[in-house]
Amino acid sequence: MATQLQDAYSIPLEAIDVSDPQLYQDDTWYPYFERLRREAPVHWCRESRYGPYWSLSKYKDIMQVEVNHQTYSSEVGGIAVEDQPKGLERESFIRMDPPKHDEQRKVVGPIVAPANLAEMEATIRERTIRVLEGLPRNETFDWVERVSIELTTMMLATLFDFPWEERRKLTYWSDVAICNVHAPESPVHSEQEKFDEIKKMAERMAELYNERAKQPPKFDLLSMLAHGRATQDMPLREFMGNLTLLIVGGNDTTRNSMTGGLHALSQHPREYQKLRDDPALVASLVPEIIRYVTPVIHMRRTATQEAELGGRHIRVGDKVVMWYVSGNRDPDAIDDPDNFIIDRPRPRQHLSFGFGIHRCVGNRLAELQLRILWEELLPRHPVIEVLAPPRRTYSNFIHGMRSMPVRIPMH
Amino acid sequence: MPKVTYIEYNGTEHPVEVPVGLSVMRGAVNNNVPGIDADCGGECACATCHVYVDPAWLDKTGTPVPGSQEASMLGFAAEAEPNSRLSCQIAMREGLDGLIVRMPQGQH
Repeated sequence: MATQLQDAYSIPLEAIDVSDPQLYQDDTWYPYFERLRREAPVHWCRESRYGPYWSLSKYKDIMQVEVNHQTYSSEVGGIAVEDQPKGLERESFIRMDPPKHDEQRKVVGPIVAPANLAEMEATIRERTIRVLEGLPRNETFDWVERVSIELTTMMLATLFDFPWEERRKLTYWSDVAICNVHAPESPVHSEQEKFDEIKKMAERMAELYNERAKQPPKFDLLSMLAHGRATQDMPLREFMGNLTLLIVGGNDTTRNSMTGGLHALSQHPREYQKLRDDPALVASLVPEIIRYVTPVIHMRRTATQEAELGGRHIRVGDKVVMWYVSGNRDPDAIDDPDNFIIDRPRPRQHLSFGFGIHRCVGNRLAELQLRILWEELLPRHPVIEVLAPPRRTYSNFIHGMRSMPVRIPMH
Repeated sequence: MPKVTYIEYNGTEHPVEVPVGLSVMRGAVNNNVPGIDADCGGECACATCHVYVDPAWLDKTGTPVPGSQEASMLGFAAEAEPNSRLSCQIAMREGLDGLIVRMPQGQH
């Protein structure tokens, strides 16, 4: 960490490139953004493996771009600093601008409407209890595998009404979709291979989709897509893209918050004790976990008009990257942002879900799952020892945690 | 000072004085009225300060301009109705003294 700090401050400002996925796998990104926030809040990186791009590191500049989709498009260049591979693009509504974005988003939005969430709560709680009661005592196990993946995979199977016994395929497809093909630990190792696996997913999903199209509409994502006017006749690539979006959005970010939350509490034992003493703090713990973990590292836009941003001139076609990890650590927006504080006065004011028309559709479902997890964990397993830091994903986009060894001591 | 009555989804009423110039959202948040989250802090960017304006007051508050940011955000809110507004976009003024707004089941 000491050398990292030196590097972040000794290299020339213009040479800072925060798009390097290694920074996130090694968890060494903090000092680079600390410097950018102070010295160049709207920073131009002239050269990177993804080409030149602007970095926004302050909360208020990010907010300004979030609410101005007329100038900053999701459709022109996509939502990640790395462009989708030429010839293998997969459209989805998160990568669209109005009006098509709005039409498709409105088809799936009702899955997380208040009344439907209230109905799901009992199922989620019952499953969570079952998973937690099955955890071993006095034995090292992987929290990611036994808890985070297990719970979020069940949720996905419910959202898609996907065959229960096949549900781990959903997790596999999600991992394929988010992986960086250059990382040795990734499930696929070329963009073509990734495309082919996602196509297989789409074929399996299409079987279910076609069945549901013939049945009366019901409340699962495939049925909703099959009966929604804006999503009925999607070309294959768009079907692949939208399914990927719903699968990744529907599990991965919550999975990593389930892991990252326990990790954060283990690193802040006084906060952990505060929580045990007053379980009502789960209400503010949950948004604080989501801020602190920041499950999506960045979102990217492309300027479609000339613009001024933080005193800098943005040209048509420029890549503009909103670094949520940094905006969530901006001391001008959040008090003492590097600390994990479970009873903040305004814990919901964070960038993790994005803002504006692309704000996370499933944010309330994510919060509900995390709330239930902690409500049911505290009385059953008040002490969980984290034995090593999580192994992280090689990605500048998804803040993933692949494994984390833990132990629940005997009472 | 003009008064706003906020009515929770469960029917609980909260009469609150809101200074002229402040938003109806801020009036709720500053007085700890439950049911308005205002995650974005008043930027018209999240739709978690959604309220239903009492039909008798709709002429005075107005409705969002079609195509505006408020209309877009409300388009994604759960259970939006023709009398839906984002309360961060209603600035308090003397003419709104007595305003009544109701909360949705949840702020999504």
